[in-house]
Amino acid sequence: MEQQEQQEQKVTAKLQVPETTATPAVAPATAGSEVFETKNVSIYYGSFRAVTDVSLAIYENQITAFIGPSGCGKTTVLRTLNRMNDLIPSARVEGDVHYRGASLYSKSVSPTAVRRRIGMVFQKPNPFPKSIYENVAYGPRINGIRGKSRLDEIVERSLRQAALWDEVKDRMGKSGLGLSGGQAQRLCIARTLAVEPDVVLMDEPCSALDPIATGRIEDLMQEIKSRYTIVIVTHNMQQATRVSDRTAFFSVLRDERPGASDTRTGVLVEYGATQQIFEDPHDSRTQAYVTGRMG
Amino acid sequence: MMAVASEQPASGVDLREPGGWRRTKNQIATVGMWIAFAVMLVPLGFVLVTVIAKGASAISWQFLTNSTIPVNVLPVTYGGVGPAVIGTLEITGFAALIAIPLGVLGGVYINEYGGNHVLARVINFMADVMTGVPSIIMGLFIFTIWVLHFGYSGLAGSFALACLMLPIVIRSTYEMLRLVPDSLREASYALGATKARVTVTVVLPAAIGGIVSGALLAVARAAGETAPLIFTIFVTQTLNSNLFSGANTALSTLIFQNATQPYTGAQDRAWGSALTLIAIAFILMIAARLVTARFSRYSQ
Repeated sequence: MEQQEQQEQKVTAKLQVPETTATPAVAPATAGSEVFETKNVSIYYGSFRAVTDVSLAIYENQITAFIGPSGCGKTTVLRTLNRMNDLIPSARVEGDVHYRGASLYSKSVSPTAVRRRIGMVFQKPNPFPKSIYENVAYGPRINGIRGKSRLDEIVERSLRQAALWDEVKDRMGKSGLGLSGGQAQRLCIARTLAVEPDVVLMDEPCSALDPIATGRIEDLMQEIKSRYTIVIVTHNMQQATRVSDRTAFFSVLRDERPGASDTRTGVLVEYGATQQIFEDPHDSRTQAYVTGRMG
Repeated sequence: MMAVASEQPASGVDLREPGGWRRTKNQIATVGMWIAFAVMLVPLGFVLVTVIAKGASAISWQFLTNSTIPVNVLPVTYGGVGPAVIGTLEITGFAALIAIPLGVLGGVYINEYGGNHVLARVINFMADVMTGVPSIIMGLFIFTIWVLHFGYSGLAGSFALACLMLPIVIRSTYEMLRLVPDSLREASYALGATKARVTVTVVLPAAIGGIVSGALLAVARAAGETAPLIFTIFVTQTLNSNLFSGANTALSTLIFQNATQPYTGAQDRAWGSALTLIAIAFILMIAARLVTARFSRYSQ
């Protein structure tokens, strides 16, 4: 047992990244107040440590992008921010995640209450097999809003915010599954906005969409950012430069010792203003990634 | 590339299906499937045609509704099988009332709440085992624990049929819920729904079509069961609309009792009852289709 612990410590030591990760370049607080602050967050799936020691702050009314190669834990970190990882039985979070000063993972916190404030848009559009109207009205309904006129108003407002109203206003009773990919994703965004969240987390929302649909969603993000804080995971670096104010670059750290198995883990390499990350990266790995030499 | 091009006919590109073994295999498989289809139609067609041919002449409004089943020797024009029709509807209906809610809840528990918990795995396994238990065992079981203490009744028959239906409903519900993509559950959770909310407002509606089909299939199967009823409802010739006490009768047991008799009247009654039973099952299936279509109108 003791031996095993020592072994693990050795691995940890080996995986510890030099200076940059320990004190990530947190961008100067020129922006509004902090919405999220994570300190030394590590996320495990069973005994596998998917992400190690992530510390970053996310600011109000900004778009923060998470970029990095596959398997670096961007999505895992994102799902930690609204406790979606709770749905995976083996997932476990270590370290502090603060949301507006409150610790997200303290015992008294209800994941349901968290997710009502922190909404999420998924990689694949996932409208409910219900009518377009019912898709958008679903969130308000489960939050106890009744009354047709009130719901009508919320549905219209949300669909307008998601730039979908004009396309669907004459077929609100039709199935949400009959929409095209881009429309379906905007429906999902409208559904998320309908509960008036504080934060919208987006997990590669455009990866299944064509460039035109992607453009519309990016425009939409710019329009709604004055009212919401947005965190977006993207594989598309151009997208990060186009939409985000801040960018966090994650990478995969591997245990290079021979015979070591599955000791790769995701780390936050560099975090700063988007312009700085792409034009003047401080870390050589960031530079390699953003210039296309790696990943 | 060049070599391939030069082999093609001068007239242009050859887009026919490649010849040889591949085409032959395709033909063999196609013919095989048609033969299988035709063979499968033979028993199905024979059963339907025979039952209709022999049973149709017995069917009349009087046959379906008259409240006294006559003695065997009388021809089919006397009396009717009303008690058995009512008995089948009552007994099967009450069995469905017991088994469907329990079975659906069981399926929901296994798939949504149980996870890897021991209890969930045990229920799942037991449901599997129970699906394979011969129906006569269910009859004996109810006979031992109920009929010996409280006597024969339609209710005892309902219990036996419910035992038979329960594992089928649990299994079909479980299989349908498994097909609901996790992305739908996540979408609901991400809006702040509780687990119960997710299950009731997203998961069950998405699977309702399959659940209803499975449940009605179980009902149709139970309606035709004979063995579990023989031990539990006994037999009666007169109408007993009280499900909860006294001997009762059902179409399936009526068929069993009459078909083995040497009298043509009894045999005709058996054929007529068989056709009635098939008609009931048919109506149930149509209802199932309509309900399924209604519930899944948004899921394409």
